Amino acid sequence: MRNDYELFIKPSTGWQPINFRELWRYRDLFWFLVWRDIKLRYRQTVLGMAWAVLQPLLLMVIFTIFFHRWGKVQSGGPPYTLFAFVGLVGWTFFANAVTSSSNSLIVNQNLVSKVYFPRIFVPLGAIGALALDLLPSIVLCFLMLVYYHWMLSPFLLLLPLFVLGIFLAASGLGLILAALNVQFRDIKYVVPFLVQAGIFITPVIYPITYVPPRYQVWLGLNPMAGMTEGFRLAMLGTTASLGLIGVSFAVSVMLFVAGLFVFRRLERRFADLI
Amino acid sequence: MSGIIEIRELGKQYCIGAANGPSDSFREVLMRAVSNPLRSFARIAKRAAKADTKRSIWALRDVSFDVEEGEIVGIIGRNGAGKSTLLKVLSRITEPTVGTVRLRGRLASLLEVGTGFHPELTGRENIFLNGAILGMRRAEIISKFDEIVDFAEIATFLDTPVKRYSSGMYVRLAFAVAAFLDEEILVVDEVLAVGDQGFQKKGLRKMDEVSKSGRTVLFVSHNMAAVESLCNRVLWISGGRVKQDASPQEVIHAYLDSYGAAKNHVVDLSAIHDRSGTGDVRFTKMELLDEDGGERCAVRSGDALRVQLFYECRRDISNRHFGLRIFSDMGLLITDVHTWSTGQAVPLARKGKGNIEVKIDFLNLMPGTYYVGIWASSFHEWHDVLDNAAKLEVEPSDYYGTGRGIESRFGLMFLPFQWIVNGVAVPAMATDTTPSGV
Repeated sequence: MRNDYELFIKPSTGWQPINFRELWRYRDLFWFLVWRDIKLRYRQTVLGMAWAVLQPLLLMVIFTIFFHRWGKVQSGGPPYTLFAFVGLVGWTFFANAVTSSSNSLIVNQNLVSKVYFPRIFVPLGAIGALALDLLPSIVLCFLMLVYYHWMLSPFLLLLPLFVLGIFLAASGLGLILAALNVQFRDIKYVVPFLVQAGIFITPVIYPITYVPPRYQVWLGLNPMAGMTEGFRLAMLGTTASLGLIGVSFAVSVMLFVAGLFVFRRLERRFADLI
Repeated sequence: MSGIIEIRELGKQYCIGAANGPSDSFREVLMRAVSNPLRSFARIAKRAAKADTKRSIWALRDVSFDVEEGEIVGIIGRNGAGKSTLLKVLSRITEPTVGTVRLRGRLASLLEVGTGFHPELTGRENIFLNGAILGMRRAEIISKFDEIVDFAEIATFLDTPVKRYSSGMYVRLAFAVAAFLDEEILVVDEVLAVGDQGFQKKGLRKMDEVSKSGRTVLFVSHNMAAVESLCNRVLWISGGRVKQDASPQEVIHAYLDSYGAAKNHVVDLSAIHDRSGTGDVRFTKMELLDEDGGERCAVRSGDALRVQLFYECRRDISNRHFGLRIFSDMGLLITDVHTWSTGQAVPLARKGKGNIEVKIDFLNLMPGTYYVGIWASSFHEWHDVLDNAAKLEVEPSDYYGTGRGIESRFGLMFLPFQWIVNGVAVPAMATDTTPSGV
């Protein structure tokens, strides 16, 4: 019998650091949660994983008709269809990630109230499972590049960096919203609104040049503004402001760190409140 | 030598009501957020992290005890006494409000069978998922996979989604995964209450095996027989505190004695808090009478018994049913005699007081201690359910006129019977007391 193990349980106070050793010990559970979410997401759907591609694709069609054709929005470079789709791929991932992670604790409340494990895996697992959806969308991006005879640029190598940025921003926001959702179910109504409004304050379907130049860097405070610009830089080789991307990246990292701490702070009361 | 579990002055406070009515508090928080974003954020965090002391109860209070390695400790108590809260604190699902716990071994907890089971996943997939949730590593689950499947007896349905399982299969699988956890300390809450009799026995055997392997077990149950046979020490939790901590026999007897405690023929039911239902009908008093309406303090095997129930209705209620249940001293339901089975709904009861009587012609219980439960319902609503309204002592009688046979060692009840020896029937019952229809 191992007697070297000892655990001391006492009421905790204040901000707690992340217990990385424990996360490592439970790492198998993280992958099981990701795998479960992937397995269950498109169950009993006819089109299955095609939905991962259809979501940004249908939005692209709608925005092309309403904004480009009728609203006369111009991309300022690449074909508008391509321009919008690349932006929407990143945005769809972000929107789905924030939505599903903020609801994840509520959906899994029987787990949260009946067994102990690092709860942070629940929202992070939900986002991890969505990462898989990015692959077919990015593949379709490349097919569209071929169709429009649009040349790849060396900036493509930066793509993982911007995916990481979106992941950090979505996780940070998702962790905070998930933790607050346990006590304030209002979050459930706030999130869809946030996601719907977000697409208009992010240069997803219009180029950032539509924003007056002196406000452009401020737009970077919306982490998705810089990430969307970066996503296009990588896929389409369009020009992007380094300042904007830098600010957005810094905000993403800060949001993620804040998410970790807020989650840890509120975590101790989850089982009592859920 | 210090214990494997050391609990010191543990307390857990819950706020009631406050947590479920956050609508104005959320509005308040939002208002503040608008006027002063940074400060209010800190306050949200603070608010969520601290217990609202306005309306709160202590689910656990001043709990201190040690558990030595290898002990099998039973935890008993009424619903809401704090047993489950104690287990939740030990399993780190929730934090204590005050006090400390020191664990000198890894702890696995099983508060509900099938935690994390997903109906859409197959049996095989759920074994892995559930195992991981309970803290097993992937490699560990693989190494025990065959044993788990074997124990659960579901080999042929391994690749069927769990939603197509019978409830029996579901429970077997869920219990099987947990049964193969090998942490030093195992914390189990009432999981044996599920499943059919056969599987319950198997589960108990497995628990026995676990305990013999030198592991430490904390076991919450309402099944006194299981507690008595498995545990070597029992804690009785009442009102969030440890009321008694002693040998199983001693604690179980004291615990059961606390129920009802009918020392005379009238039982005051208005003071009993351990009841459920809408409260539209509320039992206030129970009277035990003999056949002729005389007061009766003790009942003898084979006697007739009349039970008069007094109640109050809060409103007019139509189509009511009443029932009386008899439980053994180990909590086993022996019978439930009710107006529903005889089709005698009480048509309409006016608001106010009333009474009803049930007459049992032939109480064929062996001598011993029994518990009487009563209930009132209408349509699909339970109005008042008391599982332990009173204790019923059944005294031995000389029913067969031979001075033999009516003893608790012959079981819980006796039946009308006749032995035919060499073609000659020997009546077992004295004919004058045989109730009609037997």
